[in-house]
Amino acid sequence: MIKKVFFKFLSLPVVEMMFARSVGGMQRNPLEKLGDSGLYVLEDIGRMGLYLMSALKGIFRRPFRFAEFMRQLHFIGAGSMMVIFCTAASTGMVLGLQGYYSLNKFGAEGMLGSAVSLTLIMELGPVLTAIMVAGRAGSAMCAELGIMRISEQIDALECMAVDPFRYLISPKFLAALVSIPLLTALFDVVGIAGGYVAGVHLMGVNPGSYLEGMRTSVTNHDLRLGVIKSFVFALLVVWICTGRGYFIYQIRGAGFGAQSVSRMTTQAVVYSSIAVLIFDYLLTAVLL
Amino acid sequence: MSEFAIEFKDVVKSFAKKNGDRQMILDHVNFSIPIGKTTVIAGGSGQGKSVTLKLILGLMPVDSGRIFVAGEDVTGVRGRDLEQLRTRFGVLFQGSALFDSLSVYENIALPLRERTSKSEQEIRAQVDAILQQLELTGHDEKFPAQLSGGMRKRVGLARALQLKPEIMLFDEPTTGLDPVMTQDIYKLFARTQEQVGYTAVIVSHDIPKVFNLADEVIVLNNGKVDVFSSPEAMQWSRKPHIVEFVENTMGEIYQSHLVEQ
Repeated sequence: MIKKVFFKFLSLPVVEMMFARSVGGMQRNPLEKLGDSGLYVLEDIGRMGLYLMSALKGIFRRPFRFAEFMRQLHFIGAGSMMVIFCTAASTGMVLGLQGYYSLNKFGAEGMLGSAVSLTLIMELGPVLTAIMVAGRAGSAMCAELGIMRISEQIDALECMAVDPFRYLISPKFLAALVSIPLLTALFDVVGIAGGYVAGVHLMGVNPGSYLEGMRTSVTNHDLRLGVIKSFVFALLVVWICTGRGYFIYQIRGAGFGAQSVSRMTTQAVVYSSIAVLIFDYLLTAVLL
Repeated sequence: MSEFAIEFKDVVKSFAKKNGDRQMILDHVNFSIPIGKTTVIAGGSGQGKSVTLKLILGLMPVDSGRIFVAGEDVTGVRGRDLEQLRTRFGVLFQGSALFDSLSVYENIALPLRERTSKSEQEIRAQVDAILQQLELTGHDEKFPAQLSGGMRKRVGLARALQLKPEIMLFDEPTTGLDPVMTQDIYKLFARTQEQVGYTAVIVSHDIPKVFNLADEVIVLNNGKVDVFSSPEAMQWSRKPHIVEFVENTMGEIYQSHLVEQ
């Protein structure tokens, strides 16, 4: 009986299709496709892992390109200050208003400074800074490297025996690792000030309790968590954004030419933003 | 010291196709490129001309077989050894591959700044000299986007010659150029080769014009190679696929010449 049901199951069209040999070598059954996709993902992870190692190693290779590092620092850091300032001010003010609305229900408006500062320092500061930098500078880095790859400029560097990591990529890594934590600090300060303006000046919270609440509740541990997050996010953003551009030919579904650059730029921003959010949860769970 | 600049011994290179089969690009290929001469690698589209260049430069690994440069086995070299190997080559890419965010001067100076310890004054002098030699004086502050196709090729050649390469590799050097410009570029190649004395390897489908430069011809066809000691020897070959290639690329003039004989 069991044998009969088993063979009946095997003869179902869906099951037959899953285990069927490919016809004419072109059509593949779902299992083959799944395996193929799995292998591709593994290959991509391996490729990106080796890329990260080469990029970090490139930071220590001589001669160090100080001028290029400063140019990238200016582009990623100074160039993003206005975006970060606006985002932080608006986020801080919204937090001030929203926090006041919620805390007021419990008669705990005095805790507003504590709530705003902890939220910004531990969560929103590092996360929003990384996402804003991914959108502004990460997309540009990805497009730059993608265009250099499709116009054979990276091949030309390799053929001149110039290490493309040391020359092009490592200065971007170092600049991101320096500037994103600093931008996060800026985000925190501006956000807390925004919360102060909304809470104290608009909603009438006592200024002393706002500042004192912040002073007493924010510990070194909280600051450390924010700093660690900002470094990890900086690495994720610069790694994914530059890596997508560098490997534009190897990435499945990228297409060719200008279209491949636009697709990879979108993918770089989306992947790095998702990676930042996932790692935000993981780091909070591990370090909190 | 080997008398050959580059040797391929039993080289196999294939690519995976979407259906899981392998497409054979080079199937146990053997050829040698003599030092100081100009060798043209010809063949139809997709026959592996550019792959051959990439294998020589170590931009791609071989499946099996060995590649020698000046008698030295360079198959699978990596890291510093690969960098060292590449300093022996100069490459002129199909699209010139100039750094579009750098000026002409900075493009040509880049290999000198990165690979030598020359002072900025020495670099300036060397770049000015090559600009004059290649009739590019006065264009040094321009950016690649402001140059014509022919000028870009000349800047690419100037950049490739900076580190005094033993071997120059040209990947489809006349693609996108008009016939007059093509002739000018070929004359320039001949002149610079005479002055610098490099071994030239030209991958091209610009047949028969490129034969004006060729000492040897290598034809790639379905993973196999045919080596000819001169363009004339190739035209007189009776192998069916070579006859077909000659007819397709050179047309009736050469065919009628053959019939007369």
